[in-house]
Amino acid sequence: MIAAGARRFQRRLLKDVLARHAVAVGGVGVIIAIVLIFFYLLYVVVPLFSAAEAEAVADYAVPGEAGATLHLALEEQTEIGARFLGDGRVVFFATGDGRSLETATVAVPDGLNISAFGAGTPARGIVAYGLSDGRALVARHVYRVTFPNDVRQITPAIEYPMGVEPLTVDPQGAGLVKVAVRGGEDQATIVAATADGRMVMTRLSKESSFLDDSEVWESNTVTLPAVAREVHFLLLDPEQRSLYVASDDGELSYFDVSDADEPRLVQRLRVVDKDRQLTTLRFLAGGISLLVGDSAGTITQWFPVRDARNNNVLTRVRDFREQRAPINAIAAEFDRKGFLAADARGWVGVYHTTAHRTLLVAPVSQATLTHLAVAPRANALLAQAADGRVHFWRLHNEHPEVSWSSLWGKVWYESYEEPDYVWQSSSASDDFEPKFSLVPISFGTIKAAFYAMLIAAPLAILGAMFTAHFMAPRLRRIVKPSVEVMEALPTVILGFLAGLWLAPFVENYLPGVFSMLLVLPVGIVVAGYAWMNLPGRVRHRVADGWEPALLIPVVLGLGWLSVFMSPLLEEWFFSGDMRQWLSHEMGVGFDQRNALVVGIAMGFAVVPTIFSIAEDAIFGVPKHLTQGSLALGATPWQTLWRVVLLTASPGIFSALMIGFGRAVGETMIVLMATGNTPVMDFSIFQGLRTLSANIAVEMPESEVNSTHYRVLFLAALVLFMFTFLFNTLAEVVRQRLRRKYSSL
Amino acid sequence: MSSNRNIRSWFASGSPWVWLCAGAVAASLVAVFGLLALIAVRGLSFFWPSDLVEVEYRERDGQIVQLVGEIRDREEVPAERLRSAGVAVPEGAQEITRYLFKIGNRDVYGLDFRTLVAHDIVKQDRPANLVVMERREWGDLFGQVSALKEAGQVIAEGEAAWRELTARLTRAEQLYAEIRSIEKGEIGAINHGMERLRLRQRGLELEDALTEAAKAELAAERAELDQRYSGLQQRLGSLYRDIRRDSVVMEVAGGRRVEVDMSKVVRVFQPNAMSVWDKSQHYAAKLWEFVSDEPREANTEGGIFPAIFGTVMMVIIMSIFVTPFGVVAALYLREYAKQGPLTRLIRIAVNNLAGVPSIVYGVFGLGFFVYFLGGNLDQLFYPEALPSPTFGTPGILWSSLTLAILTLPVVIVATEEGLARVPRSVREGSLALGATKAETLWRVVLPMASPALMTGLILAVARAAGEVAPLMLVGVVKLAPSLPLDDNFPYLHLDRKFMHLGFHIFDVGFQSPNVEAARPLVYATALLLVVVIIALNLTAVAIRNRLREKYRTLES
Repeated sequence: MIAAGARRFQRRLLKDVLARHAVAVGGVGVIIAIVLIFFYLLYVVVPLFSAAEAEAVADYAVPGEAGATLHLALEEQTEIGARFLGDGRVVFFATGDGRSLETATVAVPDGLNISAFGAGTPARGIVAYGLSDGRALVARHVYRVTFPNDVRQITPAIEYPMGVEPLTVDPQGAGLVKVAVRGGEDQATIVAATADGRMVMTRLSKESSFLDDSEVWESNTVTLPAVAREVHFLLLDPEQRSLYVASDDGELSYFDVSDADEPRLVQRLRVVDKDRQLTTLRFLAGGISLLVGDSAGTITQWFPVRDARNNNVLTRVRDFREQRAPINAIAAEFDRKGFLAADARGWVGVYHTTAHRTLLVAPVSQATLTHLAVAPRANALLAQAADGRVHFWRLHNEHPEVSWSSLWGKVWYESYEEPDYVWQSSSASDDFEPKFSLVPISFGTIKAAFYAMLIAAPLAILGAMFTAHFMAPRLRRIVKPSVEVMEALPTVILGFLAGLWLAPFVENYLPGVFSMLLVLPVGIVVAGYAWMNLPGRVRHRVADGWEPALLIPVVLGLGWLSVFMSPLLEEWFFSGDMRQWLSHEMGVGFDQRNALVVGIAMGFAVVPTIFSIAEDAIFGVPKHLTQGSLALGATPWQTLWRVVLLTASPGIFSALMIGFGRAVGETMIVLMATGNTPVMDFSIFQGLRTLSANIAVEMPESEVNSTHYRVLFLAALVLFMFTFLFNTLAEVVRQRLRRKYSSL
Repeated sequence: MSSNRNIRSWFASGSPWVWLCAGAVAASLVAVFGLLALIAVRGLSFFWPSDLVEVEYRERDGQIVQLVGEIRDREEVPAERLRSAGVAVPEGAQEITRYLFKIGNRDVYGLDFRTLVAHDIVKQDRPANLVVMERREWGDLFGQVSALKEAGQVIAEGEAAWRELTARLTRAEQLYAEIRSIEKGEIGAINHGMERLRLRQRGLELEDALTEAAKAELAAERAELDQRYSGLQQRLGSLYRDIRRDSVVMEVAGGRRVEVDMSKVVRVFQPNAMSVWDKSQHYAAKLWEFVSDEPREANTEGGIFPAIFGTVMMVIIMSIFVTPFGVVAALYLREYAKQGPLTRLIRIAVNNLAGVPSIVYGVFGLGFFVYFLGGNLDQLFYPEALPSPTFGTPGILWSSLTLAILTLPVVIVATEEGLARVPRSVREGSLALGATKAETLWRVVLPMASPALMTGLILAVARAAGEVAPLMLVGVVKLAPSLPLDDNFPYLHLDRKFMHLGFHIFDVGFQSPNVEAARPLVYATALLLVVVIIALNLTAVAIRNRLREKYRTLES
């Protein structure tokens, strides 16, 4: 019996211990899970800011036969490299060990020499050979991927997109010394410098023949004005509009060749500093920006900028000064605005232009590097050194587009007139420059929250003052649950009403809405005065503290009056159409879904939050303080204003902070009540885009672990930290206040 | 003079500011109740059959056309605004009345709605024989019944056709219900079975266990399903022939005739000929359709049952997660952890989490639950379905978990409050009688705190039911093909996407191609959501108040 009791007691004790541990584990687990949110967000965001990494995979003697290398290239899987030789051979080799896989020979007609070489858009693999008789041969290296027996096999080949027969570039037949080619579906342009010092441009357009369906290339050749004593660099943009001609002393001429018959010299300028040589000139992906490498190791980015007189002026935008030796080669990434640069000291730098970031500078070779190629996915590089060795490196460079300056600073984007804050995360084109400035959307967030607070703060705090200090207890028992109901209303409903009902309403009754802001306070005070002057018989029917009930019809009436008067006001003051008047007379644009609508709707959502906390703070002020003040002869208002509010002010402050935090994070209302345009305009009549709405709009379509995805996580992290900080501050203030009250 | 002094002293006393404060309260109350009234009126009035109006309308080019439709809205517009928009407005007019007129017949006119300017309406009439025909495609049709056809032969015309139509519609409805049940239920089950067979085969392939015997077994099962399928197909074929037997020819305003297949007709009625009682019945039927039926026409018509069901499912699953964890965390914080700066810090953190924007939870849920957890689960348990994800894609489980984390602070705070309110004397009594701490908590404290826990849970449910932003990332879709709960094994499909009332409002109100037509439905949906949430909140408030009373008596 005793033994059984003891056993039972032990079992109970064991249960107790188990329960303690289970609860402790569970409780700590839940708390850890909560902390996990922060760390998981951080974990996704951190890779954005990590530097690039590179590791040497192999180096080997130049693959294939001896001879001068003209050009290096890598295929998408980085298994095969291509080396273009001066005699027309193309050596395809395995990048892992340098073993040559296949040697193709470009179909140069017998008896002709290759006198010039130029590479077109790297993504399409186009190259042009300038021949000694003034003709040019356009070739293309392609890689077919097949899966025989489920094993990937890549077969390189040389194709001739414009035919095997060389195209005539210089009708006079002089040898070509420099050549540049760009081609599209039905138009191609070849520019060349000839041995006798002229420059010619041939534009080919595809024409359907009249007789049958066959297509023929029509060609049209013009001679360009000579600009340099010697042409070292010749670059034509992919749109075949701009031509850049430069010599190694740094003189660059910029032609507009959009009209093939009349090429126009737009600008001549020096693109390197004094006492320096121009050593490399390359396009960035997209062919808008020029990258200029000089003999001191500086790389500068230039692109045409439209000036006040609507002229395009080539402008120096950014400098990269990380390398110390002459830049011998630059390779632009295929679909990002990043590039690699190899210098005479054997170092390679990895950069990104938009983010103005140097991701890596690493020594690749002891000898001078002469050629450089980057893989299409920017995950490997191939560099040839002067000592005859080729180096193959792997690159890990996932998120070069993001830096502190590209997120929060003004960035000069391509084709923009000046540095600006822009959020534009995606576009249809491949070589699009993503614009990840968080400034416009943060600005939109603050703007929305500001207008919401403008509406909510007075309403909530005045209301809280009355409810806590003057209101009859019975009315209070109605008002407080009403406010709780107001707080519980799903924001999607507020947002939908704001977007579908309030926005058109505000648009139609704009003068009415504004006059309401004036009419309501004045009308209420007048109504109060009128009530005071009513005979006592009437007045005493309503007990003190029931004023809000009295005022409800007044508010309704005044509201109706404002709306009723709106068309008349519009007729009298704004010549019948206030929106027209705003845009014509004031120069203010009007969006239907604007900050005013957001302010009203979100103000409505924030009022209960502020109201509840402020009311608590005011109600909690010890009664002896108010009674003392009243006993000393202060009016109720004076007591409230000078004694109660002063004591409760930290509580009201924290109420405002929490309200602001809520307004900052609100998603559905802003999503539905604004046009979600990321503009930087504080106007109350313009739309906006907030961090939260931006996440809601773009997150579902962002690719997992892409830069865009991580930037959106960063936006979430910013929101998280911002609200967490605000709320903690408010909470601390409140706790202090509570202690103060209890000590009073 | 005296009144002047009066005013000054009145101002000096500060009374105007008191009135202003009262005004703020009044304005807030007006806003809350005005908003609720707005939703209620717009949401409820939608189901009431409004009269059809036949108008003769002068177009801009002076031509008079005949239109039939419902007046949906009227507004007063300053004449100037219309003038600048190029509408001919009589001289001297300052305000113009404009009607939003639903003309229906989208297949005929291309548009559902047009705006009519009051002074161009030449004649208005409400003939009793105008018919509203709700269809499964192309929205409502307004017009007159001109003939009824059976197998292409006219069997009734005019008034007789109307009577015959109502009778034959019942038959068509029955057939339609049968078709639906076959298509959705039995064929759905067969498809589900086929998919499971495919996955089983792929799974065996991956394990290198696809023997000839297994292949034969799979083939046999497949053949059986195929056979059942072809049987159903035949049955469906004959049902479709039956339902297509009848068609009705309608004459729409302007004299054009439209022939409508009976299988496309949902409901016909003559609103102008209906009595108030008829209309009430119609109203009740529409209301029932709204809460019990599936949406039609890109969610702009029909009911919202899947959205209600999805919301409820999601909230239930969420409660299953949030309750134990919330209670355990609260127990730990209040009963077991040593009270000190650390617990204070944790409490502040938990409190603040309630203020973290919900979209942040959505982002976390998408990254952590969907891509990280779900992706790994797929690798481990569902390799046969890859590359199409099972749990590595947004779904109801992840939505529930995300919202569980989101509402966790609510439950923790409420439960903690409840635990704190249990008087010391009660605990001490229990301990003094020899109960262990765990027993005291489980048998005495927790039951006493359970109403507080309920309050917290109800508030959490109310919050979760109204939350949309995070769900948009982790599992809600505009139109889910099937419910997360059905009669196909394993019955509860936690990986499925679902529909949600709040998202339905957003989607139909803002992403719908025909916002104007969908608007009343959005109001009705909003009303339903508001009613549910307010009811939940008021329940929570009531429980809390009763609780306070109870402890007050205990303490004394």
